[in-house]
Amino acid sequence: MFSILQSLWGVFQHTWRRRVTVQYPDRKRTLPPRWRGRIILSRDPDGAERCVACQLCAVACPVGCIALEAAEDEHGRRYPEFFRINFSRCIFCGYCEEACPTCAIQLTPDNEMGEYHRAGLVYEKNDLLIAGQGKHHGYNFYRVAGLQIGGKDKGAAENERPPSDVRSLMP
Amino acid sequence: MNPTLHQVLVVFGVLFGLFGVGALLTWAERRLLALWQDRYGPNRVGPFGLLQVVADMIKIFSKEDWIPPFADKPVFVLAPLVIMVATLLSFAVVPFAPNIEIANLNIGLLFFLAMSSLSVYGVALAGWASNSKYALLGSLRAVGQMLSYEVFMGLALMGVVAQAGSFGLRDIVLAQRGLWFGVPQFIGLGIFFIAGLAETRRIPFDLPEAESELVAGFHTEYSGMKFAMFFLGEYIAITLIAALTVTLFLGGWLGPWLPPLVWFLLKTFCLVGLFILIRATLPRLRYDQLLELGWKRMLPLALLNLIVTGAVILWRKGV
Repeated sequence: MFSILQSLWGVFQHTWRRRVTVQYPDRKRTLPPRWRGRIILSRDPDGAERCVACQLCAVACPVGCIALEAAEDEHGRRYPEFFRINFSRCIFCGYCEEACPTCAIQLTPDNEMGEYHRAGLVYEKNDLLIAGQGKHHGYNFYRVAGLQIGGKDKGAAENERPPSDVRSLMP
Repeated sequence: MNPTLHQVLVVFGVLFGLFGVGALLTWAERRLLALWQDRYGPNRVGPFGLLQVVADMIKIFSKEDWIPPFADKPVFVLAPLVIMVATLLSFAVVPFAPNIEIANLNIGLLFFLAMSSLSVYGVALAGWASNSKYALLGSLRAVGQMLSYEVFMGLALMGVVAQAGSFGLRDIVLAQRGLWFGVPQFIGLGIFFIAGLAETRRIPFDLPEAESELVAGFHTEYSGMKFAMFFLGEYIAITLIAALTVTLFLGGWLGPWLPPLVWFLLKTFCLVGLFILIRATLPRLRYDQLLELGWKRMLPLALLNLIVTGAVILWRKGV
């Protein structure tokens, strides 16, 4: 009996407690930068697309919501012909970001992407590409990779030695 | 003022006032529960979310009024009406203020007890006519609970009746001018309040509804306006129990400075707030605990209270 009165009083004390509700549309919480929200495609410091259309994100995606097709430009650089994410299927697991070898695909803290029509949730490359570099600054895949492309020979990448002459005995 | 006109005004004032109170209590309960659970509750529609009531009303009016094909149609339709009417009729004997009262029955208290017994029929018929297991289980529980709690609800009031020497609620209020009956009859007050909780099927005695086990208990099959009638009936019943507790134990309209009606409403709504606080605090009882509490604790306590009250009254008179 006494404990009942005690708990009644305890609950009544909550009258003066701060309310935990955040009044959402009026007030928004700042989400941590690693929040897994809307997916974007970032660009390298030179402003070119980072994505090399390796399909790893599409393979890693557990719900199969990423579709892309590879293409190659005149310099031998690979890029996605189209890149499509169906956000009505996406579960925002972030596996695509983990799988990406070039830091191209990234998840952002934006989560307000409601639509009145389902077709609006299918994002094309134009919708996904952003102007900046996202979370990883200064990374350019073609600058560090040993791949030979137009304007960059083998051995010309950063921290890369010139290719050794296999016919010579000199070190 | 013309007495007939006054009476008509009082009748309609009480009727529409009660509908208003019943509707607003749905909002008040949600806001208060939210307050005590550190939330906000409905606060977007209108000032403080007050227009939520209107929004709910529009919604419930536009809902399909579905009568299941397996239900007993006439009884199914009648059951919510029985609850509403029985609860509303009880207010006929409540004296709100010295000159605001619908009927000054000299057996007002018995009339209230009779009416609250009638509302058991509403619940029982609703469960029966729904012809579904959950509804029937709910109404079975309701009948068992309300019948057993009505016994000592009446007994708890007899102490007040013995002290006031009358069954009329106006006389009982007037008899409290010296001291509220809540003080000498504090056991009666407690027992009546607990019985009132059970009568209105509120948490912790909400076994007839018991969302987590019985879907919605006796009103599982109801929808639309009929469902709303059950709820309005419940909220008006809460107001009724609060109003009667005020009338019988807490001095009714008596009080200094403020006008009588204000005192009455103030006390009543404080008690309604207590109803909601109890809902915010206590968990639901098990069914055997409920009946044990009723028959093994409350009934002997009520009888003891009555015997002691009678003895003290006789001793004071010097018989």
